[in-house]
Amino acid sequence: MIHASISKHLHGANGDFQLEASLNIAEGEFVALFGASGVGKTTLLRCIAGLEQPEQGSIVVRGETWLDSAARLNLPPQQRRVGYMFQDYALFPNMTVRGNLEFALRKGTDQKRINELLELMALGELQHRKPDSLSGGQKQRVALARALASEPRLLLLDEPFSALDAEMRSRLHDEILRLQKHFGITTVIVSHDVSEVCKLTSRVMMMEAGRIVQQGRPVEVFSAGQTSGKFRFTGEILAIESMDVMFSLTVLVGNQIVRVVAMPDEAAKLHVGERVMLVSKAFNPMVLKLEQ
Amino acid sequence: MIDWQPLLLTFKLAAVTTTILLCIGVPFAWWLANTRTRIKPVIEALVSMPLVLPPSVLGFYLLLAFSPEYWFGAWLDRQAGIRLAFSFEGLVVASVIFSFPFLVHPVQAAFQNLPRSLTDAARVLGKSNWQTFLRVLIPNIKPALLSGTVLAFAHTVGEFGVVLMIGGNLPNQTRVASIAIYDEVEALNYGAANFYAGVLFVLSFLILLVVYMVNRGVQK
Repeated sequence: MIHASISKHLHGANGDFQLEASLNIAEGEFVALFGASGVGKTTLLRCIAGLEQPEQGSIVVRGETWLDSAARLNLPPQQRRVGYMFQDYALFPNMTVRGNLEFALRKGTDQKRINELLELMALGELQHRKPDSLSGGQKQRVALARALASEPRLLLLDEPFSALDAEMRSRLHDEILRLQKHFGITTVIVSHDVSEVCKLTSRVMMMEAGRIVQQGRPVEVFSAGQTSGKFRFTGEILAIESMDVMFSLTVLVGNQIVRVVAMPDEAAKLHVGERVMLVSKAFNPMVLKLEQ
Repeated sequence: MIDWQPLLLTFKLAAVTTTILLCIGVPFAWWLANTRTRIKPVIEALVSMPLVLPPSVLGFYLLLAFSPEYWFGAWLDRQAGIRLAFSFEGLVVASVIFSFPFLVHPVQAAFQNLPRSLTDAARVLGKSNWQTFLRVLIPNIKPALLSGTVLAFAHTVGEFGVVLMIGGNLPNQTRVASIAIYDEVEALNYGAANFYAGVLFVLSFLILLVVYMVNRGVQK
């Protein structure tokens, strides 16, 4: 059981605000901190790791107090035993893949753990390479292996997949789920990707301006109040073209370009670059499975 | 007969100065790269002063400071029996101050360019600040460390004004090569002057050449 309540003054892009968050995480749970950038997700994670100090708060992990501002107790990050995966991976450029993992090993830990991790993450072939010669996905796997090498009690992942393409991301999602189950380690991930949160975690905490405003099962939280049979997508108009009596709109929805038809009076009100919502009623869509 | 003393003295001075600079300059550069103190611009300006000041200005004030006539020199003389003016030790102290920015600047810049997450990662992995410094930070600033060391060494070899002001021209004590050249020219011994000058010229070129070649290799 992990309990943390943190209070810290933050300087955001849109002025100062107060990070005021309290969270409870069960042993072995995989939870997400979700929200736009600059709401304090990473700061909260860094406070839990001990890399930043809140003005007030307490953190208790498995009955062990890491932080208690009232008693002026604040364990340094070295004594907290967390695994932390940084957004830029933070691999040590002067060490090989194996060297990075060995550096993370605690005193008295068996070297076998390194071999086990290298094997689990399919890094055996790369173990003597330096981080600079690895691809983004490979670095990511090394960073994850290194975070686990220190036998952490808590795994913290700070937007670990943001720099990867969709296919690589999906493969690493599977990998991380497998490892999380294998080690049964309590994990907190910071993310602003809805599909990632739904796929990986059992609970999401939505953050806005330093506060946790909502939490629960990801699918429920994200669909709250907006589940309906209708299809609606928001997108950006890329082009408006005249076709005889109608107009053709080219709209970017996510990464897909969609072409729809509009009436002249509708098109007259729209301009290129504007955001629009596409709504489709009374159609039951076909569902086609995609090859993986 | 060529007198090798000035050249040997020059390289002894440069070696001692560079060693001391490495011991104090590297931790200082690390501190400067990480500090949030308000007086950081003041400290940075002071460190860079030797780059813009005429050596004679620094030499003049050091001469006053070292002189037993004034409080610092008198205090040093009383407490430790050390007289820095017109001595090898005095030259070392002056050279350390004078070559300080040549080591500190590249090393500080390199520390600042290292991602902050490297230090964070090492701390989270349970490493002390000292282990982090030695095993993560220092190995990742090697090129800057090399150029800083060599620049400080070469700059000490090339010093003239400060040495002249506080060291004078005592054989075996303070008569370094650059002073010897000036001295020989004044005495119209162009042959001897040419010898010292030639050695300094070739050595300086070789040192810089090695640095640029090594750094090029590192970048590849």
